[in-house]
This record gives sequence, structure tokens and C-alpha cells, in this order.
Amino acid sequence: MVTMANRVAYTLDSTLDSVNKVEQTAEQLAVKVGFSEDDLHKITMSVREAAVNAVLHGNAYDPSKKIMVAYESSPNTLAITITDEGKGLSEDEVPDPLAEENLLKTSGRGIFLIKSFMDEVRIRDLHPGTEITLVKHVHSSETDAKEQ
Amino acid sequence: MSLKSSTRSVEGITVLDLSGRITLGEGSVVLRDTIREILGKGEKKILLNLGDVTYIDSSGIGELVSAFTAVRKEGGDLKLLNLTKKVHDLLQITKLYTVFDVKDDETAAISSYAK
Repeated sequence: MVTMANRVAYTLDSTLDSVNKVEQTAEQLAVKVGFSEDDLHKITMSVREAAVNAVLHGNAYDPSKKIMVAYESSPNTLAITITDEGKGLSEDEVPDPLAEENLLKTSGRGIFLIKSFMDEVRIRDLHPGTEITLVKHVHSSETDAKEQ
Repeated sequence: MSLKSSTRSVEGITVLDLSGRITLGEGSVVLRDTIREILGKGEKKILLNLGDVTYIDSSGIGELVSAFTAVRKEGGDLKLLNLTKKVHDLLQITKLYTVFDVKDDETAAISSYAK
């Protein structure tokens, strides 16, 4: 683990335990930043989806491959970057889960949910590997409430 | 917190009470196995009570869809009861709210099944 003033980074195995750890850490940091209950859920769910993608679709549970997770927090923002060592993800290849023909599919909603819930989402194909960065800002009304 | 389930029969409808998290791994497996077990007994009218489900991820949503299609395939009917706001919102943004028959009152839900 590497810790700086407002940055924490971990390298984790490709397991479901890691997914839970990534989610729990995100929740703890999001609470400290001061997000609302509703945003806490959006953040933890998005981070969980991204971690599942890294472990399951990226590294395919390969014990020789790791996921790297970095959290950066500031008074009003939380950014989480998750990197895997898989074959890479092309956003163009992700089907639209809202298309009529995809509504009853049992998978393929993760990236859509992340984009719905976070303020900024950046995906980089690292050839190999995928890096996804999720950013959420505290909205002004929450900041006002925190300061009172 | 993992997913816990219990079943009860009300006027011929199998009510499946779920509590906890429906997420990739144990939670999804519990739901899948329970639905399979219910269908295996020939019970095809199923009401999923999600009132105590605190969290569903995309795998859990996929498992709900899978349960819905499995029951329909057997000529049955699966409905959802008592969605929390979080689950309600998730189904809204994924456009699944219109796919599932969602109820918020158990008595009315039980009466809504074809006799």
C-alpha cells in the first residue's frame, strides 16, 4: 500500500474479496469527503462494477494478474482509478443495454450504470489492460449542508 | 451481508422473501438456486419480496432478469414486491421497470395473479 496526503493505492489479487475491499474503501473515503447517502450508493456501486469488470472480464480471475486501485480525494471530489491486466476493453464494443433487443440480457449493464452514476468516467485501453477512472464531485447543496 | 431467503405460500402463490445483498457471487447464486428449486417443485407463480434487499449490483439485476425469463419459459409468472428506492431507481434507469410487474402491496399482488 502506498499512502500520500490524499492518495491511497493498492495492488490486489483478482478475487471477489478484492472487489469487496475496493468497494468498502471507496465507501469509507466517500463518507470522509462528505457525499450524501444517495451519492454514497452511486459511488460504491460504480466502484464495485468497475472492480468486477477488472477482476472478472479483465483478468478473468487469473491468479497471476493483479488489479491496481488508486483513490484520490480532495475536499469536494473523489476519484478512483482501477487498472487491470486483461486483454483490454473497447467502449465501442459494449452493447447498449437499453436497446430493446438487449433489455432481457443477463449482463452488460455495468459500464452503463457507472456512466449514469458518476460525474466523469474515463476508460483507457492500455494494450493490454484497461484503466478506468471514476470521478464524483460533492454538489454545492451538500457542501453548504456540511459547512453549517 | 449476504443474501437470505425464505419461502411461504399464500393462496397458491409462492412468496420469496429476500434480505441482504444480491451481488456477484453468493447473493446471485442464492437467488438462482432458490428460483430453480421453486420451479423444480412445479410452483410457477412467484412473488419476489425485495423489501429487505439493501443492495443490488448489475449481476444481481442480471439474476432478476434470468429468474423472470426462467419462470416465463415454464409458463409461469414472476412479479416483484416492495422495491426500495435504490432498487426502484435501478430498474427505472435500466428500463426494466416496464419489463417487470412491480407491486407495492402484498394482498393486491397476490390477487393480481391469474387464477
